[in-house]
Amino acid sequence: MSKKILIVDDEPNIVLSVEYLMRREGYEVVTANDGQEAMEKIAASPPDLLILDVMMPRKNGFEVCQELRVDPALSTMPILMLSAKGREAEIKKGISLGADGYITKPFSTHDLVDKVNQLLQSEE
Amino acid sequence: MLTTTLVVVASLGYLGLLFAIAYWADRRADQKRSVISNATIYALSLAVYCTAWTFYGSVGRAAATGIGFLPIYIGPTLIAALWGTLLLKIVRVSKTQRITSIADFIASRYGKSHLLGGLVTVIAVLGIVPYIALQLKAISRSFTILLTYPDVTMPNPADSLPLLQDTTLYVALLLAAFTILFGTRHLDASERHEGMVAAIAFESIVKLVAFLSVGIFVTYQLHDGFTDLFDKAETAGILNPLIIDGMNGYENWFALTLLSALAVMMLPRQFQVAVVENSSEQHLRRAVWLFPLYLFLINIFVIPIALAGQLTFAGANVDADTFVLTLPMAHHQSALTLLAFLGGMSAATGMVIVETIALSTMVCNDLVMPVLLKRWKHIPPDADLSQLLLRIRRGAIILILLLGFLYFRFAGEAYALVSIGLISFSAVAQFAPALIIGLYWRGGTRRGALAGLLSGFAIWMYTLLLPSFAKSGWLPAGLLEHGPFAIELLKPQALFGLTGLNEITHCLFWSMTFNIGAYLIFSLWRTPRVDEATQASLFVDALKNRRFLGAGLWRGTAEVKELLHLAERFLGVERAKHLFQAFAKRRKLHDINQLPADAETVHFAETLLAGAIGSASARVMVASVTTEETLGMDEVLNILDEASQIRSYSRELEQKSHQLEAATRELKEANERLQELDRLKDDFMSSVTHELRTPLASIRAFSEILNDDPDLSLNERQRFLGIIVNETERLSRLVNQVLDLAKIESGSADWNAQDVDLLEIIEEALASTEQLFAEHGTRVCRELPDNPCVVTGDRDRLMQVLLNLLSNANKFVPQKSGVVTVNLRSNHENYELSVSDNGPGIAAEELPNIFEKFRQAGTTSNKPIGTGLGLPISKKIVEHLGGEIWAESREEKGAIFTFALPKKKKAA
Repeated sequence: MSKKILIVDDEPNIVLSVEYLMRREGYEVVTANDGQEAMEKIAASPPDLLILDVMMPRKNGFEVCQELRVDPALSTMPILMLSAKGREAEIKKGISLGADGYITKPFSTHDLVDKVNQLLQSEE
Repeated sequence: MLTTTLVVVASLGYLGLLFAIAYWADRRADQKRSVISNATIYALSLAVYCTAWTFYGSVGRAAATGIGFLPIYIGPTLIAALWGTLLLKIVRVSKTQRITSIADFIASRYGKSHLLGGLVTVIAVLGIVPYIALQLKAISRSFTILLTYPDVTMPNPADSLPLLQDTTLYVALLLAAFTILFGTRHLDASERHEGMVAAIAFESIVKLVAFLSVGIFVTYQLHDGFTDLFDKAETAGILNPLIIDGMNGYENWFALTLLSALAVMMLPRQFQVAVVENSSEQHLRRAVWLFPLYLFLINIFVIPIALAGQLTFAGANVDADTFVLTLPMAHHQSALTLLAFLGGMSAATGMVIVETIALSTMVCNDLVMPVLLKRWKHIPPDADLSQLLLRIRRGAIILILLLGFLYFRFAGEAYALVSIGLISFSAVAQFAPALIIGLYWRGGTRRGALAGLLSGFAIWMYTLLLPSFAKSGWLPAGLLEHGPFAIELLKPQALFGLTGLNEITHCLFWSMTFNIGAYLIFSLWRTPRVDEATQASLFVDALKNRRFLGAGLWRGTAEVKELLHLAERFLGVERAKHLFQAFAKRRKLHDINQLPADAETVHFAETLLAGAIGSASARVMVASVTTEETLGMDEVLNILDEASQIRSYSRELEQKSHQLEAATRELKEANERLQELDRLKDDFMSSVTHELRTPLASIRAFSEILNDDPDLSLNERQRFLGIIVNETERLSRLVNQVLDLAKIESGSADWNAQDVDLLEIIEEALASTEQLFAEHGTRVCRELPDNPCVVTGDRDRLMQVLLNLLSNANKFVPQKSGVVTVNLRSNHENYELSVSDNGPGIAAEELPNIFEKFRQAGTTSNKPIGTGLGLPISKKIVEHLGGEIWAESREEKGAIFTFALPKKKKAA
């Protein structure tokens, strides 16, 4: 059974490209356009990994990350942050909030795919 | 009934009361509970200015010259206004240098010169003796008049009596004894006399009360008030001459005002009470108004008494000088008569006591001490000299009073009371140039002061004293009429052909001209010597310089034991030890033995001695037990320079630190502004980079996908390439707009100012967006006026704003059913152009921020395609053109963006 990845981003074109990449790797993909929608989708059916943007309407990535980490059932779900916010402080903040990886936009598709694979493997 | 016994007993009783007050005040001073340390008592003691000459003489002068008596009180009133600085400076200097008299002050200013101190003393004694004679005359005359009570008869001239029957002699001796008790009661020769000051203040009250009582009696008992009295005087024909004659000769008025203004500071007794006896600089402030008030009060009834006297004694042989006493007598008012007599005695005794004490100090310190010092060079002096000092002073008191008596005996009848007072005033006025100019000008020298004083005094003798001798018949009268050796130009009362002035004005003019002239010429002739420059600096800078730097100007070797021994000689063993002990304590040392023999100690000893024997003598005495190295002029100037440099430097520093504080404040504010701007710039930069990264991410991702997957279907390939193209366009737009905004914000954008018809712009903009609307299926409505709507602005920029609003509207309206309305209307001075849509509207919380950078409205589902800079740029443009832009939202009915621009002003 293939792993399920939830891609959360408010930029349709980013979602589109990441979705393509993940599908190409053979993963099942679900998408959400903002943090709120992501929380709903996670509650309905938790994915195996989350690719999460930070700057989004309604609920930003940091908030999503924080909420997931306090939920015991979801606290181990790997979270990969994918953000245009590339400052050192923002990366540290993401990691300390419980993200397992932090990739800044614009990103290398190879790095993204490698990181996702690595996170899902260590999960096993 | 007033009997001789009663009068004598009352007089002696009054003197006894005075002594009791003085004794009490002295006791209190010893217990450190001073009664005279009080501003009111200080001001009252200054009223020693009002002597018998005021008490009896003002009325006499008013009867002769009308209101001509007034300048003598106007002068002091005017100069009192300057006391806050002038007298303050004199007091400050005198306190730090322990100045004992006006002679000491002038001697000290010009390098502690014995010669100068001696000269001032001689002038003062010669000038003041007639004035003392006047007081003696007043007392004995009023006493003699009282003896015939209630008959008013004028006594015979004094010289018609044998010497030993002259009451004046006994008055003089009694006063001498009294003054000795007052002024030299203390065994030490300290310079202050608290008891005397208390007694003088008391006398000031008595003479004022007595004079006012007589005035009130005359005005309200004998007559029905001022109006009644003046009416009667006018009827009798004596009022007008009083007023009109008194106003004649404004130069005389001016001269008398100036003269008395100087005298109130230069008279030895005034210097004594105002400066030497001053216990606190604070007291000056009350004296500035209280003393003039006193003068005003004691003058209120002068004219009424003069008028009433002339009415009462019309035709009778009664001197106007005696009206204060004879009016109550003539009306059988025995109690009031006695009060008037005591008031007159208060005025006279007060003056005599203070004046003789002041003069005896001067004679002792500035005439006798220099002689003794010379003698002591050959014969060593006794161990205890304090008794000697007191003996010298007592001797001087007796001598001065006897001189006064002799003057009275031989010259007293030559003049009316009032003239004698003015002669004295003119003599002491000679001190003014050396004292006052020396307080403000460093360049004044000892030679200058000597020359000024000598020439001024010589003119005084020639133009005032000589004529008075001639009038007394001791010199040929031809001297006055034709001048010496018949040289008309040298006539004493019309010197160098100057006529038309009264003798006092004449004397004042010439003596001051010569005095000031000689002072300036001789001072400028040579630069000040070392000791002169030192003292000049201490005097001139007295108010700037609270820290006393006199100590810095001595260098040499000394022994504390010797200094103490010296002080013991003049001050007494116990007192000297006590003062040295206190000095050691001030320097935080345990006892005298630890005192270092340095400049400060030597200076202390010298000032201590100065208080007893005057500054010049103190310097000589201290020099006799120390070996002083002579400081070169350069060194002294260096020290003084340093001090003044330090002063100006610290002033500069203070100024600088104020400036620095202000600059720091400004810097801080600027820094805060900068930080705020920096923060805004940071925010902007991080927003811009964020906005740049997003399209870049898409471009990179799809480029890599296209690059990595050769097997992509053509469909997908085209779709992805389309995305890349779109995102690249978005990127270019963003870069352009950021640059545009930066250009507008930095003010470097080019603006054309041209007439623009808004209708034209609207049509043009709609034409270029026609395609856009058509693609979206949007309907455009126009609500436009018919006439051109002209504003002044930049055509392209206005177009930019409108295009932005139109494309924004198009973004938010629903597909196919969208309606965008363009409305243009005239509103007062503006045209308002609005673009409304039927989109979702703007959420209330978004509305306030809608014009901020990178604040895009909209929900996730319909994320607008835009840079987030369109509205901020539009806002900048409209504001630059002097207009306003705002947004309104009708929730679920759409948004309205409106901008208003001022109408073009019609050409005049």
